[in-house]
Amino acid sequence: MNTRSNRRRIAVLGIALAAVLPLAACAGGGAEPDTGSSEGGAGAGGTDPDTFTVMTANENPVLEEQLTALSEGACKAENEALPLEHQKVAQADTVQKVTLLASQGALPTHTIAGTALIRPDGDLNAAGLVGDLKAALEGAGTWGNVLPAAASTVEQVYGGMFSMPYQYNIEGIFYNKEILADNGIEEPQTWDDLVDAADTLADAGVVPMTEAGANGWPLTRIMGMYIFRNVGPDAMAAVRDGDAKLTDPEYVAGAQALADFADAGYFGEGFSTRDGDTSSNMFLTGQAAMTYDGSWLLSAINDPERNEIGGENVGFMPFPEVDGGKGSIDQYAANAGAPMIINAEQFGPKVVDWVSCIAENYGQQALQDAGVISGFKVNGDVTDISENTAEIQERIAGIDETVLWFEALMDSKSNSLASTNVTLLTTGQMSAEDYMAQLQASIDANG
Amino acid sequence: MNSIFGDRKTIFILLAPALVLYTLLKVVPVGWSLGLSFFEGNSLRGFEWVGLQNFTTFFTDPAALQSMWVSVFFAIVATICQVALGYGLALLYVFVLRKGSTLVRTFVFFPTVLPTVAVALLFRSFVAVGENQGPVNDIINFFGGESVEVLASTVGTMTTAIAMTLWSSMGFYAVLLYAGLLDIPEEIIESARLDGANGFKLVRHIVVPLSLPILLSSIIFSLNATLKVFDSLLALNGGGPGTSTAPMTLYMYRTAFEYAEYGYGSTIAVILTALCLVFTLAIFRSSRRKAEV
Repeated sequence: MNTRSNRRRIAVLGIALAAVLPLAACAGGGAEPDTGSSEGGAGAGGTDPDTFTVMTANENPVLEEQLTALSEGACKAENEALPLEHQKVAQADTVQKVTLLASQGALPTHTIAGTALIRPDGDLNAAGLVGDLKAALEGAGTWGNVLPAAASTVEQVYGGMFSMPYQYNIEGIFYNKEILADNGIEEPQTWDDLVDAADTLADAGVVPMTEAGANGWPLTRIMGMYIFRNVGPDAMAAVRDGDAKLTDPEYVAGAQALADFADAGYFGEGFSTRDGDTSSNMFLTGQAAMTYDGSWLLSAINDPERNEIGGENVGFMPFPEVDGGKGSIDQYAANAGAPMIINAEQFGPKVVDWVSCIAENYGQQALQDAGVISGFKVNGDVTDISENTAEIQERIAGIDETVLWFEALMDSKSNSLASTNVTLLTTGQMSAEDYMAQLQASIDANG
Repeated sequence: MNSIFGDRKTIFILLAPALVLYTLLKVVPVGWSLGLSFFEGNSLRGFEWVGLQNFTTFFTDPAALQSMWVSVFFAIVATICQVALGYGLALLYVFVLRKGSTLVRTFVFFPTVLPTVAVALLFRSFVAVGENQGPVNDIINFFGGESVEVLASTVGTMTTAIAMTLWSSMGFYAVLLYAGLLDIPEEIIESARLDGANGFKLVRHIVVPLSLPILLSSIIFSLNATLKVFDSLLALNGGGPGTSTAPMTLYMYRTAFEYAEYGYGSTIAVILTALCLVFTLAIFRSSRRKAEV
């Protein structure tokens, strides 16, 4: 009897102790910054690390290859002063890994991060770990290498120049010139023209527009672009600031337009479970006439093994206007790739040199080697650009004003909800009003 | 022998390594998680005491309640079907196939060793539409029907998930219950047969009561395993369409690791554990009542 109650007492004590442990963690929790300001606006004010550790996503091998190429070529001197070292992370695990590393004080020098984390009110920035690239590059005199359009997009999305624009993508509708010509369709200038064109194409037995519904965001892009064309380029900023609500009629019209488009079957059969590669292939093998996608598709378009319809047959047009809307057709949707930040605590002079060297040379390196359009100036000659790439580059050079994407300014929970619920919206299981109401409720609760 | 097991110090020294490892890896994290459920935040932002607020949030959070419903529904339906099917197969092995059951047993058991993610992807392509249409829709088309986009509806996804779980685990329960059925003495079956009990009557009045202990263990085991389902539903359709097939485990994972809210994630874990306990105790209680009667 005695031993049993003793044992029970020990067990209870053990569990109570374990339950109290988090209090100790709480006391020491939160990275206290001792260098750099808490807004990340101190720019280069950190101490150099021993190696230039770079963490990139598994899904993006190009960035790793190009940085390695730079370290052996144009940036050899900087590499000798501070050697490059690569780390990888699966893109879906980014938030988890970065939060963990940051809380242990082991955040790499240059790393991919989550959008919400690096904003001024995000966990990383509030802990003083996000370096200000504009201040650092201006200080080194190399700020001119960042394209103004890219800088503007990065500042719009992240609330400051916190990310290196290794990619600069514009979005629009890629179309099969031959199929459209065969059906007597010209580039649609308005949404109604687009719907009519889709109708004609559907009758001709071709999938009018293919989208990867399994990922969610390709569908919300279309809804978002409708809203930007209908309400104007500040549509989503107004929602973030509370000046407008997603349940306002002009916004619901976007959800309704998407639902109607899907309901008419213009995305093809089984679109809600279609993955990205399948969708791109449907376009590149001529089964679909159009696809709304971004200029990252160029790598597939320029690949003769994947592109069966031929590069000269691929046209690009901006998302059409909406009748009576305040947006205009030349406001392209642009994004600057996944956020790649510099750890403010390690932003010493050697790191600034490395970053400056990247800013000077990455534009030309990536375009020449991998056909990737970045947000950096191309300083030098590039040979053998495909016509499609050249066309996109020309459009980017002529851009005045860009818009972001639908979820760009949302918190991570609402971002997730927008993608998961769009399947229900486009398969008729949720009405446009309900979709917007739920999303607005989430933004109000979490934003 | 007795002098070794009689000496408490020796017992402690022999047990200590495994016990320490077990405590550190299992008991401490469970206690830590229980403690975390009264806080809010993550390791980077720091933790803030919120008391029982996480628990009250859980019961007013529609996403959390939906995930709880998905977990419970999946657990109950999958358990009933799995154990019933497994029991039917076990009866088949014992009474119909007898000696020749080894080959059938092996084949039916085989899917159990396959990784659950692989099985989920397999079933996903079974019900696919469009480009690479799967056999299910091919059969429907053959009989003149139109292709059904199974994974675009909650009912379709849930049905596929349950079919998938049954296919991969009925062999396991069949073997488990088969072992239990073998324990029933031949003489009892013989004498029952002599008394005129045959087929269904034999099963209902003799076999089931005698195999009740193993049946109840299987049900408890199955409930606990299916309440914690994660990879099958995630790999099949990402918890979709929307979040209508996202169980509590998936919601907990997303909360803790995608939204970086460790406190609320721990709360969900605690509630899931409590749910498993409730189900287990309920089965125990009902079995004890049966034995007393």
